[in-house]
Amino acid sequence: MIEIRNVSKWYGPTQVLADASTHVAKGEVVVVCGPSGSGKSTLIKCVNGLEPFQQGTITVDGISVGDPKTDLPRLRARVGMVFQHFELFPHMSVERNLALAQIKVLGRSKEEAAARGVALLDRVGLRAHAHKFPGQLSGGQQQRVAIARALAMDPICLLFDEPTSALDPEMIGEVLDVMVELAQEGMTMVCVTHEMGFARKVAKRVVFMDHGEIVEDAPAARFFDTPASERAKTFLARILHH
Amino acid sequence: MNYHWNWGIFLEQVKSGDETYVDWLVTGLGWTLAVSLTAWIIALSIGIAVGALRTTPSRLLVLLANAWVELFRNIPLLVQMFLWFFVVPEFLPRDWSLWVKQDMPAKEFVTAALCLGFFTSSRVAEQVRAGVGSLPRGQRDAALALGLTLPQAYRQVILPQALRIVIPPLTSEFMNVFKNSSVAFAIGVLELTFQARQMQEDSEQGIETYLAVTLLYFICAFTANRGMALIEARTRVPGLIARTG
Amino acid sequence: MGEFDFSVWQPSLPFIRDGLLFTLRLTLVAMSGGIVIGTLLALARLSPIAPLSRIAGAYVDLMRSIPLVLVILWFFLVIPFITGSPVGAETSAVITFTAFEAAFYCEIMRSGIQSVPRGQVDAAQALGLGQAQTMVHVILPQAVRNMIPVLLTQTIVLFQDTSLVYAIGAKDMLKAADVVGKNYNRPVEMIMLSALIYFAICFSLSLAVKQLQKRVAIIR
Repeated sequence: MIEIRNVSKWYGPTQVLADASTHVAKGEVVVVCGPSGSGKSTLIKCVNGLEPFQQGTITVDGISVGDPKTDLPRLRARVGMVFQHFELFPHMSVERNLALAQIKVLGRSKEEAAARGVALLDRVGLRAHAHKFPGQLSGGQQQRVAIARALAMDPICLLFDEPTSALDPEMIGEVLDVMVELAQEGMTMVCVTHEMGFARKVAKRVVFMDHGEIVEDAPAARFFDTPASERAKTFLARILHH
Repeated sequence: MNYHWNWGIFLEQVKSGDETYVDWLVTGLGWTLAVSLTAWIIALSIGIAVGALRTTPSRLLVLLANAWVELFRNIPLLVQMFLWFFVVPEFLPRDWSLWVKQDMPAKEFVTAALCLGFFTSSRVAEQVRAGVGSLPRGQRDAALALGLTLPQAYRQVILPQALRIVIPPLTSEFMNVFKNSSVAFAIGVLELTFQARQMQEDSEQGIETYLAVTLLYFICAFTANRGMALIEARTRVPGLIARTG
Repeated sequence: MGEFDFSVWQPSLPFIRDGLLFTLRLTLVAMSGGIVIGTLLALARLSPIAPLSRIAGAYVDLMRSIPLVLVILWFFLVIPFITGSPVGAETSAVITFTAFEAAFYCEIMRSGIQSVPRGQVDAAQALGLGQAQTMVHVILPQAVRNMIPVLLTQTIVLFQDTSLVYAIGAKDMLKAADVVGKNYNRPVEMIMLSALIYFAICFSLSLAVKQLQKRVAIIR
């Protein structure tokens, strides 16, 4: 589904991705973790072309992201993304947030889009909040709406960029529950997250990054039980004792 | 020096005709409003577009939009009025130039409104650019990640938010438009300042004249301010507090 | 396209120079006078003495809500009544711009003073400095440093605004261009020349301010 081959990226003279390669098969859940500044967010933003990269190739469902001829908006419409700071559109009601891209990008009718929106809000337990504005919801509720917004596009895979790290601790659970459910239904997911409990529970593989490199790419159980590199060991020790 | 007050002056007939001075001031107010409002519409449409272009990833567009802003910011408005009135027609093709000089209806008004509109557009563009810049980068990413094209993202997501943010600075720009429209006297638009000078010379009751005109400018500025406040209230989004970062 | 004859620029230069010198003198006098009076106004606006702060506030609001051309006309009309004798357009212009710019510099100084964190006042007073000492030694130096780019930008605006003395016929650069244009029957070329000079000066000054802004940003 997603193929990342030898991707390198620089901001001016600083290298932020160094020869990164990995892949995600259909139905797989892959967790990307690593210290802050390790390039994990940058990597998944390269997958839907939000960040350009200078070397290597990324293909999603056989379509090359870096190819200038690729219709990026069309590709992005098929790849859902959930952000650290939710990024709901604050000037639109919840239902409008869900409907906007369905109408403007997929060309669905207003009624179709509204119906799909309501069904998804129902699914994340927020049907009653359809008419509210994002600023009137809690962080956890906003992130659930954001997931529903991504799902409304019927994506072939979902990218999560630290979806719980801007949340108050008591709200993390409600968001993780939705993500676990999606994983169990067979959604292809790439999650940048430090929630190791979530990773243990649903991740097929864990990709560990440091200084823009992919240091380890291993089945979840092996990564947690017998991490190969010193850097991963230090990282795990710090994050698990936290 | 002594000053002879005469508050009845406004109802007296002007020396050169059968109008009263009030008629002059009413005409003046009319042209001030016409120039200001037309200029404001021009300034908003161009200013929002240019301001948005300055935040796009295209270097060429940014360069052009920046040049636009610098051009109109670094020449005094009065000189710009003269440029539009006397110089620009010289650069037109011969027939157009002749038409503009001889037959164009309301030439002074059209020139002044265009000039003030373009001048103000550079200031609006500056505010809009700052407004877009103050939005979190993630909003653009989120819009693009949903498959919206960049123009769609601006139209649906970025500009509606940026414009709400810049309503307060735009309010003072709107009030400035009324003040700046006074410069149009120099190319012969019969607006308030033109009429004030004319009435002062004609009636020799300068203080009464200027007080009345000052009051009229106040009323314009106040109305502009209230109008924008109304728009701000109308477009307010429930639960939205300015986010930082 | 009209036919231009730029040879008129050559003989116009001495006149343009004299006019430009007046424009610059007007700008510099109004700037220094405006900053001094503006700072006093700002202190008055922030003072705990209510009538003082109210009068200063009213003055600033008044100046900021009237078109500058009208202010120029007002002063030209009223100054003779105060001094008892007619004054030239140039003197009137200097007084007008100083009084007018004071209102704008006042607002800049005020926001500069308010941008200094409250803790600085506490710290100065904890050291035993009096109110005036706190203002002069602690607050103002910081306020001015924060405000220098804005002060300079306002001065560029002032430089452009001085062209409005056209309304009372004072002999600034634009007036000089106007006169030469009429004498040689080449008004279009002379307007272009004055626009070029204004643009060259203002654009280079604003580039310099931008550079300075970057430097100030680094120091902070």
